[in-house]
Amino acid sequence: MSRLPQSYEGVAVCCPVTVPYVRFSPESAHWWAGAALQALAAHTGLRPAGIDGFCFASFSAVPDTVVGMVQHLGLCPRWMDHIPTGGASGVMALRRAARAVQAGDAELVVCLAADTNHVDSFRQTLAGFSRFSQDAMYPYGFGGPNATFALMTDHFMRAYGVGRESFAKICMAQRANALSNPHALMKRPLSFDEYMSSRAICDPVHLLDCVMPCAGAEAFIVTTPEKAEAMGLKAVSIKATIERHNAFASDPIQTRGGWAQDVDRLWAAARCEPEDMDMIQFYDDYPVIVAMQMEDLGFCRKGEVAAFIERHDFTIAGTLPLNTNGGQLSAGQAGAAGGFQNITEALRQLLHCPLGAQIPQARRALVSGFGLVNYDRGVCTGAVVLEGPVSHE
Amino acid sequence: MSDPLLPPQRKDPLKMLHLGHTPPRLRSRAAKAMAVRAGQGRFVLQVCADCQTATYPPRDRCPQCWGELRWTDQPQDAVLLAETVVRATTDSFFRGHLPWRIGTVQFCSGLTAIAHLHGDVATGDAVKMRLVLDRGGNPAFFALPAKETPNMQDDPQLRVFTAAPKHRRILVTDGRSRLGQEVALALLNAGAGTVFLGNADRLMRFDGMDRMLATPRIDMVPLDMTDSRSCQELAGLIGGRVDVIVNTASHVRPGGVSQGSRLSTLQTAMEVNVAGLMRLAQSFGPAMAGRSDDGVNSAAAFVDVNSVYGMTGKQGFVGFAASAAARLALVAGLRGEMAAAGIRVTSVLCGPVDDEWHQTVPSPKVAPARIAKAVVQVLEQGLEEIYVGDVAEDVAQRWLKDPLLATREENQ
Repeated sequence: MSRLPQSYEGVAVCCPVTVPYVRFSPESAHWWAGAALQALAAHTGLRPAGIDGFCFASFSAVPDTVVGMVQHLGLCPRWMDHIPTGGASGVMALRRAARAVQAGDAELVVCLAADTNHVDSFRQTLAGFSRFSQDAMYPYGFGGPNATFALMTDHFMRAYGVGRESFAKICMAQRANALSNPHALMKRPLSFDEYMSSRAICDPVHLLDCVMPCAGAEAFIVTTPEKAEAMGLKAVSIKATIERHNAFASDPIQTRGGWAQDVDRLWAAARCEPEDMDMIQFYDDYPVIVAMQMEDLGFCRKGEVAAFIERHDFTIAGTLPLNTNGGQLSAGQAGAAGGFQNITEALRQLLHCPLGAQIPQARRALVSGFGLVNYDRGVCTGAVVLEGPVSHE
Repeated sequence: MSDPLLPPQRKDPLKMLHLGHTPPRLRSRAAKAMAVRAGQGRFVLQVCADCQTATYPPRDRCPQCWGELRWTDQPQDAVLLAETVVRATTDSFFRGHLPWRIGTVQFCSGLTAIAHLHGDVATGDAVKMRLVLDRGGNPAFFALPAKETPNMQDDPQLRVFTAAPKHRRILVTDGRSRLGQEVALALLNAGAGTVFLGNADRLMRFDGMDRMLATPRIDMVPLDMTDSRSCQELAGLIGGRVDVIVNTASHVRPGGVSQGSRLSTLQTAMEVNVAGLMRLAQSFGPAMAGRSDDGVNSAAAFVDVNSVYGMTGKQGFVGFAASAAARLALVAGLRGEMAAAGIRVTSVLCGPVDDEWHQTVPSPKVAPARIAKAVVQVLEQGLEEIYVGDVAEDVAQRWLKDPLLATREENQ
């Protein structure tokens, strides 16, 4: 193992904001980004001049990047970044912002993801998604990400003897968690029979394995502990992070993500173990990816995830709370904001200001990112261990 | 095994037809280069000129050493690793063809690719890969059973990538020539439902006439390619029922430019071979374009039987070669227009044909029956270009390697 990265001392993460999702919105990504800033301002009294760092993620802001967004929303940062990695964008934004603050390049960074969802957005996003998918994936039946993940799921289930029952347990637990979240798009409980009998979309992926695309925005602040305190904001600290792209490129089909390459460094730097986590907020575009992360992030060995899922209760009151806002599977996938929502949810649980039910005595969280199925697999992965303030009770 | 394809029911004229959508068409320049080779029936991947590593999807540099990539013929063996059935899509073309099976295949080089699947292949199977063109003219991998299975060609997914003659109604433009007659018979042998066989002059007898009239499923129709009204009238009669056009019309006469030349030779060749092609495309193209996804006997292809000397010119047949060159340019334009509508446009390029107009040309010459076989082949395999016979293959190979040299050689 090469040298461990420097600690994240002197970095405070605070003020999680979620702009409630809607299934379809006629508004633009810019409108949703503005709504997230407005919500941050309502909590903090921040004005544009108070934001000297800005990190932005979106699919639907095109043709604009962070540059267009900064001018559109009247910001004047001395540090900015654009993160085009979808489901990995939250962890990546957090890492970059943390180092900028630590180095003094910025004092208060707003990390923000916003995406709209027009009636025809999904088809249009797919049609021009990436060069490899346009040349070599989507013309094959045009099933979109459902088809890509169906091939991965098919292979994963055969290779490791995982049945749909395992995925059912993940989806049902997340739905149970979503029921206390007033913003979640899915409002009804999910039964085992309902999951198992949902219609096939791309075998073996069924309707209830798929997220519902929607519009929404997520944001949080990365700053110094001193600044957070001066603003009266409770803050969470970063214990360790990892990031990896295009790992295991010669695996014929993805059965592991980049986490597996860096997981030892993550836990070594965090000075704790998977068992010390009070919650896991995993990127969950499809349940197979949740299962894969349980293995790759060290909760069980490769090939043993079915038994691991069997052993645990993933509800908020359970042995290993998972995606406590319902995750994307039950709360909705607001484009790139889907890569931020598990960070804001972890922050809320650690700061004890949840949208729905609170995990009792929640102190540590593992949050992951998984993004950009450029062709046949997710290319970008990341993870972060967060620790909340000492006393809440 | 695949279910044998049944003759389609007569279409209800009061029903709105299923419009001819094409699959998503946006592609990189590298993918277009792959399409050119797919159209020639080659099975290629990019291989690095420096480190010899094969790569896929199409790239612009080698991912191992960043060297330049070359399209290289590859073994077609692969194994199917995973499969899925797409049952939901936002794309208009595939919506009309669901459920649609795709899978992940692994080549012997270790590379993997997504491929369309034949109904007879399953996960774990050894498969034979083909590089095909989709309805929009873009390249696609198709996994076939390693060994021929019963009715393999009738697989509904495979048929989307071909213009197979089975149950289709085909117009062959020149029934007065030996070539047109051989093409008609070969198409019937390959399962064509009907062959409409053009006759430019109903008052004049021609060799083979009795046999053509006596052959079931051949329908002699009046068609004079030098007459716009004749083309339009025929299109008015059968345009909505023609699924494939094979243009065999060809006016060949010897002659030079400055010596042994007659302007009328050139003019007639242009009138029949070039203007005739355009009249045909004008009269039949729009109706075909609307019917490219219209069931078992959907409109599928426009095949132009032309001379390979269109690429190089030809001493001794200069006027004819000039008309062949013009015809190649028209076909290229037509291909671009018809790709948007889902109709394949194909050139069957021949050397000197073994007929009365090539008596002075030494062997080898290509027999009309050999050309007819190639016409069936391009339809069954969905090709865009094929060179028929030893001379055509030789000229094309030299031209692909060094076009100016081949041109010089053919004109000395």
